[in-house]
Amino acid sequence: MISFTWLSRAGLADTPKGIALPEQWHELTGYIKITPDNIIKILNPNPEFGQNVMTSLPMIVAEELEADWKKIVVEMGPHDNVKLGPQFTGGSNSVRMYWKPLREAGAAARHMLLQAAAETWGVPVEELTAQNGIISHAKSGKSANYGSLASKAATYPIPKGMALKAAKDFKVVRNSQKNVEGQKIVTGKPLFGLDYRQEGMLYAMIQHPPAFGMKLQSFDASQALKMPGIKDVFTLKLYEDGFEQGGFDTRSFNDLLVVVGNTTWEVMNARKKLIVQWEATGDTKDTIAGRGTKREVIVPGALETTTAQLEKMKEYAQKPAQQLRKDGDPEAAFKNAAQVIERTYNAPFLAHNCMEPMNFFAHVTDEKALLAGPLQAPAWTEPTLAKLLNLPPEKIEIQMTRMGGGFGRRAYGHYLHEAALISKKAKAPIQLIYSREDDMTYGIYRPMYTATYRAALDANKNLIGFHVKGGGIPEHAIHANRFPAGAVDNYLAEGWQIPSNITIGAFRAPRSNFNAAAEQSFLDELAVAMGKDPIELRLELLKRAKDNPVGKNNDYDPDRYAGILKLVKEKSGWGKPENKKYSRGVAAYFCHNSYAAHVVDIVMKNGAPYVERVYSAVDCGIVINPDAASNMVEGAVVDGIGNAFYGRLSHKEGAPEQNNFNNYRMIRHSEAPKKIEVHFVQNDIDPTGLGEPPFPPVFGAVANALFKATNKRYYDQPFHEQIPQPGSTLDNKKRLG
Amino acid sequence: MIKLNINKKSYELDIDPNTPLLWALRDVIGLVGTKYGCGVAQCGACVVHLNGEAVRSCVTKVSRAAGQQVVTIEGLSPNNDHPLQKAWLELDVSQCGYCQAGQIMSAAVLLKENKNPTDKDIDMAMEGNICRCGTYMRIHKAIHLAAKMQSKDSK
Repeated sequence: MISFTWLSRAGLADTPKGIALPEQWHELTGYIKITPDNIIKILNPNPEFGQNVMTSLPMIVAEELEADWKKIVVEMGPHDNVKLGPQFTGGSNSVRMYWKPLREAGAAARHMLLQAAAETWGVPVEELTAQNGIISHAKSGKSANYGSLASKAATYPIPKGMALKAAKDFKVVRNSQKNVEGQKIVTGKPLFGLDYRQEGMLYAMIQHPPAFGMKLQSFDASQALKMPGIKDVFTLKLYEDGFEQGGFDTRSFNDLLVVVGNTTWEVMNARKKLIVQWEATGDTKDTIAGRGTKREVIVPGALETTTAQLEKMKEYAQKPAQQLRKDGDPEAAFKNAAQVIERTYNAPFLAHNCMEPMNFFAHVTDEKALLAGPLQAPAWTEPTLAKLLNLPPEKIEIQMTRMGGGFGRRAYGHYLHEAALISKKAKAPIQLIYSREDDMTYGIYRPMYTATYRAALDANKNLIGFHVKGGGIPEHAIHANRFPAGAVDNYLAEGWQIPSNITIGAFRAPRSNFNAAAEQSFLDELAVAMGKDPIELRLELLKRAKDNPVGKNNDYDPDRYAGILKLVKEKSGWGKPENKKYSRGVAAYFCHNSYAAHVVDIVMKNGAPYVERVYSAVDCGIVINPDAASNMVEGAVVDGIGNAFYGRLSHKEGAPEQNNFNNYRMIRHSEAPKKIEVHFVQNDIDPTGLGEPPFPPVFGAVANALFKATNKRYYDQPFHEQIPQPGSTLDNKKRLG
Repeated sequence: MIKLNINKKSYELDIDPNTPLLWALRDVIGLVGTKYGCGVAQCGACVVHLNGEAVRSCVTKVSRAAGQQVVTIEGLSPNNDHPLQKAWLELDVSQCGYCQAGQIMSAAVLLKENKNPTDKDIDMAMEGNICRCGTYMRIHKAIHLAAKMQSKDSK
């Protein structure tokens, strides 16, 4: 049997052979546990999906606790929203929402230990200092480690409002610390949901319909049941008709055809022997409840095809849309303009393609349920699970394993619900596994988007009007109060959407990941038309937004926005002759409370454009773990290049046309930059989030650099197919939409 | 019965000889360091060594591995101190970490055959390993660093 250990040590070299579990822990706040022999354990509250919170969140605790980071033991916390806060990974919120509570927890525990020392030694607490996990009394020369004081300290109530350290005094935070699970990762230890094992566990797979808008009609499992290792084949309904779904209970298919067996391979093989008839769902109805409201949503039953969807989007783009924001008199500005520039941008559905496919372990009995696997937000999934199993939440335990990627996909816990229902029906512990094909064709995609941008210029090439009209399937991407709103006198933002049965979900920087591509490409073209340097144009607009902002509710800080542009300009040597050999593109964006700008440098490699290096400037406030933060920005850059060049999920008659990495192209080693230089703005602003903000502007910077490299503008993602190939005349003909 | 030698340990498995080595490792033997990513030899998450060659265990039948020397990430080095493992930690390469065992196993064969690979050599050898988090640049740096460590060790 596999021992699934949740403990990791910050000082890796100290314990190559692993850590023995001590018996007695004294709890000082929900996040900190200390043994009498001075092992200090910090619980990471938030699910880890590669953003490195297993390291960065405990670092915040250790900072205020005044503990020696190298001696800290880190453990993934249990699902316990009372003790451990909201526990969700998403919206670039992990560090942002835990920054204050974790500092307060560290400071409170430190105070409890100081108080214990003061009482033990009979000295005033003010005369004591805490440093590196040791409390000292200078006058008497006494000192003691935290472990020796922990049992006494744990008896005190947790104090509130303890003074927090000044940023200038940080010793752990702002210093790069190694990933506490790095050693386990490089040695293949069980860490991920798919690695979870339990005695007697069976494996399960679901056969889902081949297309959106289809459902199970009938099946013949007689051949499948004869296959070796197969325990059972059965059907299940995920949600009964009229079931009140929560906001994150998105699911693409409701009638589950399940195969259960002894090994994954046997289940995969047997599944191929199922004879299944599918039928059209027709229009269906979902009941979505939450936050005191309840609404019914009609899901259209049509089998959709990408080319037809693009035509439909063109048609909707001509219709009146919902006005999202209006400043001044945009109609008059466009009427009186000396020049109007109009461009339309399109982007396809994208699959998240987490390297670890969706999966979950479930052991459900009549009395209780144990679940373990990759999930971004147990609190968003558990209430529905409790209803499905008819169990009170206290009888449900959800263990959060390390996730092999998330990118928003694992905020939607349908696969956990499915696993639980399968275990209940099979009366056995099971692990539900999605094959790569299941995972890619299941839905919950980044939506399909379009947007038309228009700019009005007067005779002196001043920008006098700006109009964006965005649409999408099934939602538009427009953030009406984002830049350049606030910087243009006459401004109009509109949105429209087309309902669909193709399910969508959050995908790294939802909506922004399209906006930044479209808007930042448009600004680049605008700069050319206005005869301005693209960075200077943005800085001028930001100055206007700061000095004399137009309208209300502008949701960005012009100074921080300008700050990243100035930083990337400096660090990339923008405009310097030594960079002439590169085709350079720039873009900047604000989303999820942080600011990011990139300069992308393209060279021609074997006749094709290649992003050889990238300069990034980011303002996310205080950076907890600088090297790991750089790693995340580097990853966002590669993710952006990959999706801009290659990402696409298309449909024919409701069926996804890509189902594995042979037909869904992912960026690979030779296509990734060899140099990504990441620079953070140095300030003492409380952390504002990092996982998403660097991702969206990559698309725009790539498009703008590609223009320089190929003398052609790129309006439709993925760009790769529209890049003129060496020796071919392929050009705008292949343009979609 | 299929006789396997994995990480210098012998196993006798009563399974279908067509079973991919990946699932024998993960579901039957319980060595889960080798990862499932695609099942069709496209992503490299499942790379193991078969007689010193990098193979994709998701498309390698156990019958082919019978009687051969199989090495997985768990057996790459006796003390978890392969230069690549050390370099990976030194440069803190991993993000989610799911693909990294496969990356390291591919890189280990490259380094064995090419003591001082260029960026181009690395691109060629590693093209079959997808990293969804985008740690490619750090992987390159780590391979270069491991090559340096390796040549230092052998001097």
